[in-house]
Amino acid sequence: MLVTAGCGGSSASQAAASPKPVIVGLITKTDANPFFVKMRQGAEREAAAKGAVLMTGAGKDTADAAGQVTALENMVSAGAKAILITPDSAGVTTAVKKARSQGVLVIALDSPTDPVDAADALFATDNKKAGQLIGQYAKAAEAGKTGIKIAMFDEAPGSTVGKLRHDGFLLGYGISDGDSQIVCTANGGGNQVESQTAMENCLTKDSGINVVYTINEPSAFGVYKALQNRGKQNGVLIVSVDGGCTGVGGVKDGRIAATSQQYPLKMASLGVDAGVDFAKNGKRVSGYTDTGVTLISDKPVSGVDSKDTTYGLDNCWG
Amino acid sequence: MLARLRGTEAGGDAGAALARARLISSLGPLIALLLASLFFTIRTDRFLTTENWSLIIQQVAVVGILAIGQTLIILTAGVDLSNGAVMAFGTIVMTRLAVTYHLNPFLAIALGIGACLAFGLLNGFLVAGLRLPPFIVTLGTLNIAFALTHITSNEETIANLPDPLVFFGSTFRFGGTTITYGSLLALALTLVAWFVLTKTIAGRHVYATGNNPDAARLAGVRTRRVLLGVYATAGLLYGIAALVLVGRTGVGDPQAGQSANLDSITAVVVGGTSLFGGRGSVLGTLVGTLIVGIFRNGLTLLGVAAIYQFLITGVLVILAVAVDQLSRRRQA
Repeated sequence: MLVTAGCGGSSASQAAASPKPVIVGLITKTDANPFFVKMRQGAEREAAAKGAVLMTGAGKDTADAAGQVTALENMVSAGAKAILITPDSAGVTTAVKKARSQGVLVIALDSPTDPVDAADALFATDNKKAGQLIGQYAKAAEAGKTGIKIAMFDEAPGSTVGKLRHDGFLLGYGISDGDSQIVCTANGGGNQVESQTAMENCLTKDSGINVVYTINEPSAFGVYKALQNRGKQNGVLIVSVDGGCTGVGGVKDGRIAATSQQYPLKMASLGVDAGVDFAKNGKRVSGYTDTGVTLISDKPVSGVDSKDTTYGLDNCWG
Repeated sequence: MLARLRGTEAGGDAGAALARARLISSLGPLIALLLASLFFTIRTDRFLTTENWSLIIQQVAVVGILAIGQTLIILTAGVDLSNGAVMAFGTIVMTRLAVTYHLNPFLAIALGIGACLAFGLLNGFLVAGLRLPPFIVTLGTLNIAFALTHITSNEETIANLPDPLVFFGSTFRFGGTTITYGSLLALALTLVAWFVLTKTIAGRHVYATGNNPDAARLAGVRTRRVLLGVYATAGLLYGIAALVLVGRTGVGDPQAGQSANLDSITAVVVGGTSLFGGRGSVLGTLVGTLIVGIFRNGLTLLGVAAIYQFLITGVLVILAVAVDQLSRRRQA
């Protein structure tokens, strides 16, 4: 059963009516991103299995904190007992605290609230670790080679997740920002078009780039396309994060060397379970639950654990 | 509104001032382009190469084609917020029909471009027929096209496209460098638009409608038909932009084009076209598009953080609007 938030208007008192099914709310960053769409679908399945009602809402884009706040307020008003939110920014913190003061369980999914303890609990990928794994992989794969030239493609200025992955990659590779091996750093917006443009410009700056970090797989595909247009796709190691099915397909066909796979459906189903448990038994989850990250590659390197693309495709999220 | 009604038929001193204002708004962007190019040429030897310029033109081709449509609309004192979303919808229509439904690729392309044309006609009907404000109309169609894109794509990127869909991403050699057919098409469309706007009666009617719709109507211009034609042509151009975008990226991407509306308005304004209509040039828009592309490319070559590109674009937009406004006031 699925109800869409946004109509609002109903009073909070209806939450007290006991025979009604448990209402759990899910607020994603945007509906226009497969990661969040799959997360929503995972939550819908779990809610159906538990006999709960799932309300869903989203910001208009990944920076629409006001849209998230509106959805959250409407869900509380509609009697949701638990709300799962992938917070855009600190802009939602006040509303999260207010909902909790009204007795609602709030769980952050995918990204932490700012501060992290504004929500009851956090179910998320360890994004720093996701970056670290591909950093270690790149380092091990290029071990013994000289003339390493690294390009890094971030999402956008101010992206929390982007910074964690970026820093994780550097940590895993054993270098820091400003290292002479990093010849180009640019924003690819986490999408293919902008990343392709950014890589083209980086290649003009230094055509010898041979290791590329990308924030996610669409970005990696843009980078690959730029390399391909120059006939330079061979011998360049591209690493990424996400583990979507298209992305793992890119690992399988060799465009991406390795990717850190994360599990949005697991975040969503754990979140729904915790919400239902709270509504029925009053049990409040707290703290951080790591939903796991797995390095996927068909060319394993020594010293870094990874699984092959068969595993990756079995566990990919869409 | 008052500014728009001010005399265009004025002679004497006002005529000279108008000519001067036209000169400033057409030469200003060109000077900015040359100064920026000079700066980057001095700072890095990788900037002024045929290869790099071929790249910059490739990178701006899509926004450049969108900006031609945007110029037509802004010349009629309108604005189009929907172009990026309409283009994205066009890419999904053509790629999905060709790949998922195995339609003949040329038919798929035609239907994709047709979908964009339909949006153009819808915008035109609402603006010219129902006389609704363009800002609101295109805000509405922006959201409709955005939603349709995500509903019809199922949030998936569509790959493995048949050759005809990616033709405009393929290259030919010219003067020691490779040029994409998409770049060539963008330049050709700009020239065609320039010719039509400046050398044909239809083009003069576009300027007249933007300058003073009442006077134009009294002079026998069928302004509503002009508006409908402008929005439909713009829609057609967005469809062509969709095809060029698909060629460039090799996929149908539902995430594409989300900032293209503002990017195209930026290009038009930086290129010296007046937001109040009736004044400007599609060649200026080409220069405006190139300026934005040059800063993105040049700053990367210098290793400057991308955020400064926004800073510079912001300054250029305000400068361009200030020049336009000040020259209008002097006329008055």
